[in-house]
Amino acid sequence: MNGGQALMKALENEGVDIMFGLPGGAILPVYDPLIDSSIRHVLVRHEQGAGHMAEGYAHATGRPGVAMVTSGPAATNIVTPLCDAYMDSIPLVVVTGQVPYAAIGTDAFQECDTTGITMAVTKHNYLVTEAADIPQVIHDAFHIATTGRPGPVLVDIPKDIVDPKNPRSAMEWYTPDSHDLPGYRPNVAGDAELVRQAAKLICEAERPVLYTGGGILKSRGAKALLELAELTGIHVVTTLMNRGGFPDDHPLCLGMPGMHGNYTAVTAMQEADLLVALGARFDDRVTGKVGEFAPLAKIIHVDIDSAELGKVRRADVAIQGDCRAVIEDLVRALREMGGSEAQPDRSQWRSRISGWQERFPLTYEQSRNDELLKPQFVLEQLRDSTPDDTIVASGVGQHQMWTSQYWKFNHPYTWVNSGGLGTMGFSIPAAIGAKAGRPDRMVWAVDGDGCFQMTAQELVTAATEGFPIKVALINNSYLGMVRQWQEMFYAERYSEVYLTRNVPDYKLWAEALGCAGLRVESPEEVAPAIARANEIDDRPVVVEFRCEAGENVFPMVPAGMSNSDVVVDPSQRDRPR
Amino acid sequence: MNPVPTGSAPGRGGDGGTTTLVVHVENKAGVLARVAGLFARRGFNIESLAVAPTADGRFSRLTIVVGVDAAPMEQVVKQLDKLVNVVDIEELNPAASVERELMMVTVRADPSIRGQILDLVRIFQATVLNVGYDEMMVSLTGSPGRVDDFEELLRPYGIADVQRTGKVALSKLAKTAPDPLAP
Repeated sequence: MNGGQALMKALENEGVDIMFGLPGGAILPVYDPLIDSSIRHVLVRHEQGAGHMAEGYAHATGRPGVAMVTSGPAATNIVTPLCDAYMDSIPLVVVTGQVPYAAIGTDAFQECDTTGITMAVTKHNYLVTEAADIPQVIHDAFHIATTGRPGPVLVDIPKDIVDPKNPRSAMEWYTPDSHDLPGYRPNVAGDAELVRQAAKLICEAERPVLYTGGGILKSRGAKALLELAELTGIHVVTTLMNRGGFPDDHPLCLGMPGMHGNYTAVTAMQEADLLVALGARFDDRVTGKVGEFAPLAKIIHVDIDSAELGKVRRADVAIQGDCRAVIEDLVRALREMGGSEAQPDRSQWRSRISGWQERFPLTYEQSRNDELLKPQFVLEQLRDSTPDDTIVASGVGQHQMWTSQYWKFNHPYTWVNSGGLGTMGFSIPAAIGAKAGRPDRMVWAVDGDGCFQMTAQELVTAATEGFPIKVALINNSYLGMVRQWQEMFYAERYSEVYLTRNVPDYKLWAEALGCAGLRVESPEEVAPAIARANEIDDRPVVVEFRCEAGENVFPMVPAGMSNSDVVVDPSQRDRPR
Repeated sequence: MNPVPTGSAPGRGGDGGTTTLVVHVENKAGVLARVAGLFARRGFNIESLAVAPTADGRFSRLTIVVGVDAAPMEQVVKQLDKLVNVVDIEELNPAASVERELMMVTVRADPSIRGQILDLVRIFQATVLNVGYDEMMVSLTGSPGRVDDFEELLRPYGIADVQRTGKVALSKLAKTAPDPLAP
């Protein structure tokens, strides 16, 4: 056997059924045994697309996404998805080709220091030097990517050890049965005494809030969270990374907190006397000015990554462990203490919460006759005309915030987005990856016109590889979120944010990419266009919704301000808080 | 109403002191770069660093003196621990450890003042390594404070070149045998 064959066999052994990639010089020898492999390969149009597709696949399925690209520029093109996956704890295994081992360090053609470049944006990476190491390294890479706090792992493979023409590629296959990782011991179980202390704090709290983050989804903990919330009757806020981790339709769900969170979620956290942070990391977009965040609250913090405990906010009870395992322990401890009977009377707190919900719901003004569409209206229509379990992938910016705000996420793993890194152009390739992982589901990408222009070429991949995703293009002709900041914080001095109104022609572009293209300009056309798009299943669809440029996302906590200073929609500003 | 937060954010302030970490890592290519890169990107400060393989050649031992000004030590340790190649980390308590540093120094030593330098060498139990017509090279192994003192005393004569290794350290040994009857 040679190293290239061993690589394919090792990937098959890890249960890989699909990978996303693009061949090139240094990885060429691996693309030959790929022909004989059971693994489906999706040929992308840009390596960044391969990385985001692998992320979308991982988001939607919980299984590690796999991408394979060549050396040099291909490796640098996939750095953005690696960083994105690192920030959002997405399990990825990325294989990159490298120049032959003897040529490393000589500035060879398409050489770059891939492991050096990606050291800061991967959970771990490898430069494999011997063909015989390939089975063990791939086995370890999947283990690292998927256990503990998940993340991306890169495996850089010099050409000579996979090239059958080179004697250095010869090796004997073996199936690794263990891991050689003396420094890697992810901890799953939470400390029982700390769990009891946490349960005690919960039973004493008058104004508690469950502050839930991506760790819920990563640990497959949505069911456990539901049990905890219903047992205690405590309200739940779902961060951007945990949309879908608790049903939006549930009476205890307060929705998204943070910079563009809804007023009640932001304010309930701010007024709480106990925050139970579950797989959340006190990100600056959630806390606002950190010194004034939830000033009255004691903190219970559960995270599998001990470095998150105390990184931003000192916890009163800090528990390292897998979110689901700790929540299950917590539920048991609470039952032992008397279950729902042991919870104090929180009717006053509940009525304060419902008061905020009544006074400060999400709102916008419907467009008048001469105006283009309101993006919020488009998203409401899309939400109401698609199946409940539709997977939604979003880009980054205003459209992302509106989607998170207006969608009703009632199922886990239906929201695919770039949270920590905020990667424009994420949605189209991520939606393709999600569709590849869940072909049974309808997948909509909600994109902005700025984002669309960054990765639209992957619609060719979707069209030719048979992934009939649908794209709702919220076209407001601007880099909308930047425009909003310039309006609010730079005295309406607009600098380099206008993308032009009529160029490109998105309908024509979509058709040229092998998709159906639709254009919608008036409110009454919205629902029929969505219905038409839902019917098309033989190719991708792009629906361009021509939207008002001046629409802003509210509520908003301006950067660096306290969450107590949340700016609500103009129509609500005279209401008592 | 301006309540004092129950838990305050961990500060980045400090007293300008240092802490010594002993970090066992897998002896693999690039591990030092991972450690150094982590310090750089998390804004931690390395004062000195000594690296060598342990008796078990699969592992290396890093003695890192960390400026505690830049970051809470807890974060430094936890972030280091996340590196897959880092096997374990020990924060050395200076009172419970033995610390040593080696200094080699070339000092101006005209024949007329050579005797004064040799006095210092004798007092500090340093070693003369090489002698030139107007310079001497000497070395001293000792606690970092003692090495500081020696360097300070040589400085007025004119130091032409100096190389210190950075601190290495081991925990002090138990002075009493464990009670065999203890539970």
